[in-house]
Amino acid sequence: MTDTTALIGTRKGLFTVTLGDGGPELAAPEFLGTPVTNALRDPRDGAVYASLDHGHFGVHVHRRDDGGDWTEIAAPEYPPKPEGVSHVNPMSQKEVDWSTQLVWVIEPGHADDPGVLWCGTIPGGLFRSPDRGDSWELVESLWNVPARGKWFGGGYDDAGIHSISVDPRGPGRLLVGLSCGGAWRTQDGGASWEVAAHGMRANFVPPELEYDPDAQDPHRLARCAADPDVVWCQHHCGIFKTTDDGRRWEEITEAGPSTFGFAVAAHPADPDTAWFVPAVSDEVRVPVGGKFVVTRTRDGGRSFDVLDAGLPEAASYDLVYRHALDIDATGDQLLLGSTTGSLWWTGDGGDSFELVSANLPPINSVRFC
Amino acid sequence: MVALRFAKAFRRHVDCPDANVTGSTVGEVFETYFADRPDVRSYVLDPSGAVRKHVAVFRNNDQIVDRVGLTDSVADGDRVDVFQALSGG
Repeated sequence: MTDTTALIGTRKGLFTVTLGDGGPELAAPEFLGTPVTNALRDPRDGAVYASLDHGHFGVHVHRRDDGGDWTEIAAPEYPPKPEGVSHVNPMSQKEVDWSTQLVWVIEPGHADDPGVLWCGTIPGGLFRSPDRGDSWELVESLWNVPARGKWFGGGYDDAGIHSISVDPRGPGRLLVGLSCGGAWRTQDGGASWEVAAHGMRANFVPPELEYDPDAQDPHRLARCAADPDVVWCQHHCGIFKTTDDGRRWEEITEAGPSTFGFAVAAHPADPDTAWFVPAVSDEVRVPVGGKFVVTRTRDGGRSFDVLDAGLPEAASYDLVYRHALDIDATGDQLLLGSTTGSLWWTGDGGDSFELVSANLPPINSVRFC
Repeated sequence: MVALRFAKAFRRHVDCPDANVTGSTVGEVFETYFADRPDVRSYVLDPSGAVRKHVAVFRNNDQIVDRVGLTDSVADGDRVDVFQALSGG
């Protein structure tokens, strides 16, 4: 097996794991003591990015070029709120500060868009960098959609963009996911946007609004690279799938022990295969019956395998957050990390898992390099 | 009468069946309901009487505006829905 590496963002630093014939090996942590919200390697140039949440000292982004040292680069910053403009969070009825509370996700742009990065933030702004993070610009076309007045927090007090799926068919095509504000698609590089959450269902609003696309809370979107019209969604209220790039979502109501969870991984080559990590429900965010499992469908969601080989046999209360499940380019390797600091790896699509560590800090994100 | 409905998240912790109650504001609707079910109050309102930070209250299809004074008006046939907010983790 060729060695592969992955980046593990945790509440107390960034860890790198190497996966090879000798078994998984964890390197010494970087940014020790600092929450790392997410980290990724840009396959186009080898640069590694880490988003840090210093709490009292704000959010910061660092980059390490291939073979180089870490350098702090720009963090996305919102423009000043114009005089007289009111932006009220409908949940709190408080004014939303136009300032970056969290860099929730960074994604490399399309292969034909060198240097371009996309960044999703709380309180809900999408940013674009043309220069590998040296500068960022708020995508005002999305920020200014009238529906923004309905966005509210899911997981945090204000809304946030957690998923940015770059369509491999072209640099101008993106699908982004918001908690809470549904999903949005552009096909013209962000000049215009349309809501892409029809068919999703919410049970945290009055029943009369349950299919309102602007009220949806997709926890995570994952696209099949080989069949980009297919996108899987782990939603606050269940599992959904689209086969037409988000124009319409269909709910999958049976998926093993539960359809509640945060994370989803899509097989890069097989549009019928996806993985989820179920928990009981919104109100009880632990594995069903204390049995930590991964679920996998290989028939487009019609049925699910419940995978537990190598996962804890004893009662377990691990929860896997939305960015803490990742799949490699082959579709064979997955990593998942939990809020209680456990990290598992599989090299056979989940037929068997191996514990990498049970003693990491709470895990925010895992990402293959 | 106003239809007052609670999300199932509340029912894990306190008995709060849906009910039709009287009142001309959201606050009056709550007070009418809490008069019969005082145990529910502390799950919805904080000690100052404001809606708890991570509770959402809808009047029909809109979230209420006055989460502190609960002065949003309601009329016969309206619905008041009480949900757990998704914020907070």
